[in-house]
Amino acid sequence: MNLFSIVEEIEKIDPEFNDRISPRRDAIKNITSFGSKVAVAAIPFALGNLFKKAYGQSASASVISVLNFALTLEILEATFYNDGMAASGLVTDAAYIAQIQSDENKHVTFLTSAISAAGGTPVTASDFVYLDYTGGSGSMAGPFTGVFTSYQTFLAVAETFEDTGVRAYKGQAPNLLGNQTYLTAALDIHAVEARHASAIRYLRSSKYNATVLPWITSTASGSVDTSGAASNDTGVAAVNANYGGATPENTTVQGGVNILTLPGATSSTTTVAAATAAFDEPLTMTEVLAILVPAFTKPKS
Amino acid sequence: MKTETDLTNVNVNMARRSFLRYAGAGVAGIGLLSAVSSCHKDHNVVPTEGVTDVGSGDTGILNFAYALEQLEAAFYLQVVATPYTNMPSIELTYLTDIRDHEVCHREFFKAALGTSAIKGLTPDFSKIDFTSRTAVLGAAKAFEDLGVTAYDGIAYNIQNAAYLSIAGSIVSVEARHAALIGNLITQGNFVSSDQVDTNGLNISNKPSAVLVGANTYLKTKVSANSFS
Repeated sequence: MNLFSIVEEIEKIDPEFNDRISPRRDAIKNITSFGSKVAVAAIPFALGNLFKKAYGQSASASVISVLNFALTLEILEATFYNDGMAASGLVTDAAYIAQIQSDENKHVTFLTSAISAAGGTPVTASDFVYLDYTGGSGSMAGPFTGVFTSYQTFLAVAETFEDTGVRAYKGQAPNLLGNQTYLTAALDIHAVEARHASAIRYLRSSKYNATVLPWITSTASGSVDTSGAASNDTGVAAVNANYGGATPENTTVQGGVNILTLPGATSSTTTVAAATAAFDEPLTMTEVLAILVPAFTKPKS
Repeated sequence: MKTETDLTNVNVNMARRSFLRYAGAGVAGIGLLSAVSSCHKDHNVVPTEGVTDVGSGDTGILNFAYALEQLEAAFYLQVVATPYTNMPSIELTYLTDIRDHEVCHREFFKAALGTSAIKGLTPDFSKIDFTSRTAVLGAAKAFEDLGVTAYDGIAYNIQNAAYLSIAGSIVSVEARHAALIGNLITQGNFVSSDQVDTNGLNISNKPSAVLVGANTYLKTKVSANSFS
């Protein structure tokens, strides 16, 4: 069923339909300004209600499942930064880390409200058996044991988290195809995760001399490196998979176009570094869950 | 100072052919360019003289992106060709990388669109003082922020899942650029309050709003009349 055909049909009857469901149009801008006078958390609720009202039903189960997947990631991220900021003497760049912490907690609030408003049941931290940022499957003694005592380990894990978040949201975009409310919201969060990834990488490079750029530059050429080793610049080999997958970060063919054969800024071909850094690649939900479960978390069954 | 460049060059027939083979195979059971453009045949788009319209459907969206990437690439080509006064080497490295990414995006869209591509656009950077770090980074932030809001704002119109995925692959790189430029201007300002709302969501813009910004720096004006 084509959403746009539906919208066009409804518009013939109700010319203001689009104004009422679109969060980017004037009608909703009004609601947003109204929302600023009440509670921020009410805005996604209002959007969800509008969506329900517009279609006379809740969001589909698949949309809810995408949103809950996103919420799971945000809970993991938010708790990570909450724990890091709470660890005595750990964080020395509060301007960076507190900003990211704030954003991740807002994402949790936003998605929780949006899922409830759309008629779904949002996951909560109590739905997980454990959150183990050492990657120790609940033992709290995994490969990143120093994550809340060594700042450099904390930053490396943060970099991985943000890069993985970007890839995870990207992987869900096709599942929200054509959905103005939820696709746009997901991409808007996706962009903020990418800003975070860039900032953590910049911080590690500019202040702590880590050999990373704000973007993921892969060095291997030729083959598609599903292991992720060719793109993992965190310095922690244990997170290779976060940069691998079926469409790994060192991909140089996009939509059938071999990027390496395209003209570059100063030569007739494009370098591997530019071709890999110019595009971030998605991870599927299955791939993300394989990375997270059971090493970092396990849902209650 | 040279501020006008013909943004089209070079032959990309090989890449185009491979893209069309891929397109012909179909993705997720959704028809491609020709089929998609027919979906919007009942939208009446009246072209404005002297203005390049991106067209409709997914082709229109790819051309919209192509227009923005042409503008960004031209900007960074100029920045690297005529570095601002006392540009530190690390900033030259960053800006050169960004230049290469934007050229990559531009060439990708050109190859993907083939004969459906809009013409090469002529930029107008006469308002930008390329000798000034403040002016250049300010313009860079504006371009990167604009790019992010543009992709996020138009994405829901994309009908082909493969195109949506590629748009996603590009927009996060633009966001990485935007955050870096923000940090270069003011340390720690990578999520600026003019770009990210109180819910922690990046703002998005509809094409008409994006083009108001982009046309400020284009001699060849661009419209996206079929996207409201």
